[in-house]
Amino acid sequence: MAFRDGPFENLKVPLVWTAAVAVVACAVGAVLLLVSDQRGAGSTWQPARAGVETVAGPVGGVFAAPVRWFGHLADGVGGYFFAVSENRRLKRQLAELEPWRDQAIALKNINARYEAMLGIRPEPPVPMRTARSVSDSRGPFSNARLLDIGAARGIKIGNPVINEHGLVGRIVGTSPHVSRMLLLTDVASRTPVLVDRSDARAILTGDGSGNPRLEFVRGAGSVQPGDRILTSGDGGAFPRGLPIGVAARGVDGSWRVKLFSDRGAIDYVRVLLFEDFGQLVGPEALNAPPLAALETLPEATAAQAAAIDDAAARRAAAARAALERAAEPAPAPAPAPAAAPAAGAPE
Amino acid sequence: MRRPVAVRVVGPVQWIFIPALIAVAATIVLATPIELFGLSLPEPVTPMVLAFAWPLIRPSIIAPLVLTALGLFLDVFWYGPLGLWPLALLAIYAVVLGSRSFLIGQETAVLFVWYAAGCGLAFSAAWLITTLLAGNPPSILALLGQVVPTLLLFPFADRMIERFEDGDVRFR
Repeated sequence: MAFRDGPFENLKVPLVWTAAVAVVACAVGAVLLLVSDQRGAGSTWQPARAGVETVAGPVGGVFAAPVRWFGHLADGVGGYFFAVSENRRLKRQLAELEPWRDQAIALKNINARYEAMLGIRPEPPVPMRTARSVSDSRGPFSNARLLDIGAARGIKIGNPVINEHGLVGRIVGTSPHVSRMLLLTDVASRTPVLVDRSDARAILTGDGSGNPRLEFVRGAGSVQPGDRILTSGDGGAFPRGLPIGVAARGVDGSWRVKLFSDRGAIDYVRVLLFEDFGQLVGPEALNAPPLAALETLPEATAAQAAAIDDAAARRAAAARAALERAAEPAPAPAPAPAAAPAAGAPE
Repeated sequence: MRRPVAVRVVGPVQWIFIPALIAVAATIVLATPIELFGLSLPEPVTPMVLAFAWPLIRPSIIAPLVLTALGLFLDVFWYGPLGLWPLALLAIYAVVLGSRSFLIGQETAVLFVWYAAGCGLAFSAAWLITTLLAGNPPSILALLGQVVPTLLLFPFADRMIERFEDGDVRFR
């Protein structure tokens, strides 16, 4: 007997309802994922993300390669046709920059002498790794890129990324050969910055647009249009003084920053293998209670104990002698000498 | 004697899996970092076309599951919070599924209005979720920069509906 001839002959599967049930079940799963995922190094789903990025990186590299070749070809053609005008412009620029170079050398020398006199320990040089951007997300909800370099070359989560113009972002995920860079413009990006002119502090907050906002600016007049914005180094995530951009008023009246990194394509970048104080010392040492190291001191030797006893006895004897001197009656005051005639007095 | 009529049945491979793979491929290609004259490639949410067209073609259990998978792919590939795009895509699917009996056979202009409304709903949901999670609202101008290219993909949704709507005579 065929199935449709049986008791289920007139049974119609309500497809719309089963589809609706599937939608509800998937939506519940999506909500649970949203609650559980924090997009950080400590996320449960970080290994899954790293696995997908390991595959997506080389695939993106395949598509990016012809673009890069075409770009080099176009640069070559442009360079050939505009060589004379480019040469003139560069000569003029060189003549303008030579006095600045001399001033920079002189200031560098003076600065080194001041640092030596004051005993300041300058920051050590930061090693770098060059990487290529192979994939890009530019929407309002995420601004991130995949780089073709990973943990195998020493890249760690938190490393700052720069291009030839300024700061671009920081590393937020790594796999052996691919890493994920979060741009300054991402909605989750927060960067402590300072205003070069006034040394005022602020937080650079991305919102998915090309020009991130300056928030928590302190002091009236601390920011003006055209002020250079640098990393402040506060919090230790970035080294101090990396150029970011120029302050400008946005359409909505808020302070925004025109990024230096937008002056050119973000195709080749440099990852700074920067480690802040917190990373170098370790959280256990930083979070230890005060004077916790005293508990680990070794017992005193016999010679040390004898020296400590001797010093204590000497201090006690000196204290007793001082007390006895204070208890003795004070000696009678000597008679006052006859008053001498005042100098210059008439005789 | 009645002659047997050949029933043409289009399976889920044709109308679900192949379009889903095309959407994934388009997303990967459009993520290529190209910048010409200061402009980069558009970044539409290509699976929104599928989220609108699939419930109109026929109700299915597989479609929401594949949409969820596509949303998760977008989350991982674009480095968004996991669950953001599945929710947004399922919102379109649920609305169109609920209005299916009204939308079947409507003119293209009416379908476009519904597509635009569905995209608006999905992007609003994504904007709200991102604002809640990041504590910072994404820029509206940047949002429009993604909404407009997504709306321009409507002809693909219309073409899919026309092609697969009669793919199974049982759903006419």
